[in-house]
Amino acid sequence: MGTGPSRVTLTPAAAQLIRQLRGVHGAVMFHQSGGCCDGSAPMCFPEGELVTGEGDVLVGELAVDGVDEPVGFWMSAEQFERWRHTHLTLDVVPGRGSGFSLEAPEGVRFLIRSRLLTAEELEGL
Amino acid sequence: MTRYANPGSDGAIMAYESRYDHWIGGEYVPPAKGQYFENPTPVNGQPFTSIARGTAEDVERALDAAHAAAPAWGRTSAAERAGILNKLADRMEENAEALAVAESWENGKPVRETLAADIPLAIDHFRYFAGAIRAQEGGLAEIDSDTVAYHFHEPLGVVAQIIPWNFPILMAVWKLAPALAAGNAVVIKPAEQTPASIHFWLSLVADLLPPGVVNVVNGFGVEAGKPLASSPRVAKVAFTGETTTGRLIMQYASQHLKPVTLELGGKSPNIFFDDVSSADDDFYDKALEGFTMFALNQGEVCTCPSRALIQRGHYREFLDAAVNRTEKIVQGHPLDPATMIGAQASNDQLEKILSYLDIGRQEGAEVLTGGERAELGGELAGGYYVRPTILEGRNDMRVFQEEIFGPVVAVTGFDGFDDAISLANDTLYGLGAGVWTRDGSTAYRAGRAIQAGRVWTNCYHAYPAHAAFGGYKSSGIGRENHKMMLDHYQQTKNLLVSYSPKKVGFF
Repeated sequence: MGTGPSRVTLTPAAAQLIRQLRGVHGAVMFHQSGGCCDGSAPMCFPEGELVTGEGDVLVGELAVDGVDEPVGFWMSAEQFERWRHTHLTLDVVPGRGSGFSLEAPEGVRFLIRSRLLTAEELEGL
Repeated sequence: MTRYANPGSDGAIMAYESRYDHWIGGEYVPPAKGQYFENPTPVNGQPFTSIARGTAEDVERALDAAHAAAPAWGRTSAAERAGILNKLADRMEENAEALAVAESWENGKPVRETLAADIPLAIDHFRYFAGAIRAQEGGLAEIDSDTVAYHFHEPLGVVAQIIPWNFPILMAVWKLAPALAAGNAVVIKPAEQTPASIHFWLSLVADLLPPGVVNVVNGFGVEAGKPLASSPRVAKVAFTGETTTGRLIMQYASQHLKPVTLELGGKSPNIFFDDVSSADDDFYDKALEGFTMFALNQGEVCTCPSRALIQRGHYREFLDAAVNRTEKIVQGHPLDPATMIGAQASNDQLEKILSYLDIGRQEGAEVLTGGERAELGGELAGGYYVRPTILEGRNDMRVFQEEIFGPVVAVTGFDGFDDAISLANDTLYGLGAGVWTRDGSTAYRAGRAIQAGRVWTNCYHAYPAHAAFGGYKSSGIGRENHKMMLDHYQQTKNLLVSYSPKKVGFF
């Protein structure tokens, strides 16, 4: 991880949940979903569960204390085009699902909070 | 009319059981791992029943039951299957009020909607596919005077269906009715947010269904949905939900070369041309209602008209009137028939909506009304309520581009026909759209130019069984509703028959 501006970071609560899921499921990845129901929310899978390809962008690699490997945060490229002016913070709230995201049985749900990237950040990205 | 009593309380017209197991092979079966999860009502956030937490073992057991039932079910006559579908509809009609209350309590939606839409539409859906399967015919083609190609419809066998939480009964019926009519056995995984409604439905209709034809496995997506969707033992997977899970389901299906149908949501434009405001009449009033349809079902509809595009000639007057109409929406207890908007289905859904209101403000969208959580207090304290919200901004803002799945509409103006179509199509999705104009030619040209599976023209949020529903672009693959849906649940068997005694002459 470099020291420059990032597009995605995480809260301590999200880091704690990732450590917990990492212990149970092994290395994990995130893919930001779109569309209805549980869309517009980040999905957490075992690393490699969702096959990413040319249609995806690696938005960032999250450094999580206690987790050896960086945790990839992916998004479809066309969705990224419409999100690229915003900075994302991975958080956790009490909730119920869904999709096939790993944390749902724990009674919590990953959530994205957003802010606008500053001009300086955009310059550095 | 007075409020319906909470399920299970004094004077209630229905009650949920305190616990539900899996419905497999015509009986209730406890989960293999013995685990259950609590099911809260969004009305006040309190649990009202517990639900089997299914795993791969339970899915296998349900698939065993479905495979045992499928051959005999697939051989029943169309008349027999149609008869059962009609009986399902009759039984639901006799219990429509109880079903409406059950779904409202579990999902948080107002009972006036479940009474007027969800349940009557579900009933009609069974009747429609009962009729469609009776009327369906195979085909024959006369290839030449001695050669005939016969085409038969055959069921796929055992199909998997993963149901969303926004219309727990209606969305289950959308998938069940065509699958059963076509002669398939089904394994259903309801959403973990709304797992109980279908069990109340089963308590009313289970005696009408042969054992194993319909199986319900509850649980979380990762624990029960994934083993079902990735099973080599299902002939097809039908899913309603979001794009990432839709991709995963396609990925799993590709490993077994199985077909999928996917309904993945949208960001539907609702377009109001200047001539809408040329008279203050019934049509103008209807168009204002059409704008306000963004609040139907708390905005938790894949086709929510969540982008309103208003032509600049009448922009300010129409928008002012629309704000006024929106502020007349009555928010309250979902079981009060006067309530127009109830609770969001879950806490994480509420949090997601609030996060979008936040980024919308940061991007410069102006909040014309609403814009916050509604703290209704009293017995509704702890429920997940959001004020109907109108945001004014630009189409490149996140709130114009992503499905919020809440009672939130993003509004912008347009200059003419081409600008309207350009904005309407500037989205990743293409499920629904609305066009409002008094000019038939404009309506037709707009409807054809919008890249969406359904364009409501001078109406919105109507869901008759005989109209095809489904998405362009990232909104999914395949259709639901309409008799064409039978094709999604049938194989085509061609018998190519020669009646000639003469050899071809090659050998």
